[in-house]
Amino acid sequence: MKKNRLIPVLLLKDGWLVQSKGFSRHQNLGNPTIAVKRLSEWAADELIYLDISSGEATYDLRRDDLKHPNRHNFLDIIEDVSKCTFMPITVGGNIRSLNDIEDRLKRGADKISINTKPLNDKSFITEAAKEFGAQCIVVSIDTKVINEKHIVMKHGGKEVTDFTAIEWAKISEDMGAGEILLNSVDRDGKRTGYDIPLLTLLSDTVKIPVIALGGVGEWQDFEDALSETNVDAVAAANIFHYTDQSVYLAKKHLFDRGCNVRRPFITNF
Amino acid sequence: MNKNNESNICILDYGSGNTKSVFNLLSTLSASVKISNSEEDIINATHLVLPGVGAFGGAMGKIRRKIPVDLLENEVLFKQKPFLGICVGMQVLASKGYEHGECEGLGWIAGKTTRLETDINPLPHIGWNNLEIINPSPILDGIDNEYDFYFLHSYAFRPEEENCVVAKTEYGENFVSVIQQKNIFGTQFHPEKSQTTGKLLIYNFLKFNEKE
Repeated sequence: MKKNRLIPVLLLKDGWLVQSKGFSRHQNLGNPTIAVKRLSEWAADELIYLDISSGEATYDLRRDDLKHPNRHNFLDIIEDVSKCTFMPITVGGNIRSLNDIEDRLKRGADKISINTKPLNDKSFITEAAKEFGAQCIVVSIDTKVINEKHIVMKHGGKEVTDFTAIEWAKISEDMGAGEILLNSVDRDGKRTGYDIPLLTLLSDTVKIPVIALGGVGEWQDFEDALSETNVDAVAAANIFHYTDQSVYLAKKHLFDRGCNVRRPFITNF
Repeated sequence: MNKNNESNICILDYGSGNTKSVFNLLSTLSASVKISNSEEDIINATHLVLPGVGAFGGAMGKIRRKIPVDLLENEVLFKQKPFLGICVGMQVLASKGYEHGECEGLGWIAGKTTRLETDINPLPHIGWNNLEIINPSPILDGIDNEYDFYFLHSYAFRPEEENCVVAKTEYGENFVSVIQQKNIFGTQFHPEKSQTTGKLLIYNFLKFNEKE
């Protein structure tokens, strides 16, 4: 039987791994490649790697001293990451053209997450899906509750759009998206759990897989989403970086309670 | 799993895009791995790997243009070198494929490649799924029905003979996920994305030698 997936999300700002709160406060967590190695050993099902640097960011991992190559751009980091992990990697952030997608796939990404570009030009989803296959295109949706409606936000949660989450998810599916990654600006970094009513409605509306993100504060939050809604995958960022063997423990929690996930184990690559 | 220093692996590259991830995994298991279509490298290889992402017709067109197929057939069918086809690389072993119209395959294993028949589940079939082992095979040494592998596909291989079916997987229907005919192996899933389980399968493949 096909399993539900547990997916750690890594946020990268100016080349560093960061923790995010409310899409605006970012705290440095260190070297991204080492974090990926750990998550891989704890047998995560997949990784989502988002570059949240704004435009012309300067990268400096300050590793010259240890004879490590100093990585100055996101593409080099993707390549490093793909060498130390053997699982599917979704990459997103600052994607504006088909060329940007191709560059990331060439460097070792398996799927691409797009957010702002299709909100300005929805035909981009169709073009990308045609060129690289629908399985490769993940539309990420950032929502914020405004006047009791789940409004879709763009530009890293800063700008309001005219769409509700449900409307935009339907459009994305019709335009050819392979998956939806649903995040919440309000819940980001707050540890209050997922927005279960929204996840329920959204995962019943579209046929393509939905990945839940935003607000996980304890393992139980993953279980709530998997047992109460039809999401295909549960994702989180911050919670995976502060506990040793976090992914393994989260997986074990789900497995022991009868959720349809892969058997938890620790690998030694 | 130690490195296998006896092996000399050639990954065939017809522009499928994911040769690099296959290369990365094989490099953890063998000291000698090449991505190449040259006659010399194919002849010198002890193991041949055909990765794959994309559609049947497109892949076959590129294979015929970029890979010396006659030479490859001599190595695989006549000299019986261990060969592994991954995803579309397994599907093209069929006599015929039906993705975007009918197309001739390599025809090394009799059968055809057609779309998955599933009404309820969305396609492509993306994610981790387990096997139901039908016939034991050295490539599944140490792997049982509980192990999961990473799948990403909409089409599946339907062999004519059931005895080459090593394992099946359930997704709306039971499709063939591992196949073996003598020295020729195929996996519908991606071992290079299946972490330790994928590595174990590749390790088994490198240990395999028909002539032993």
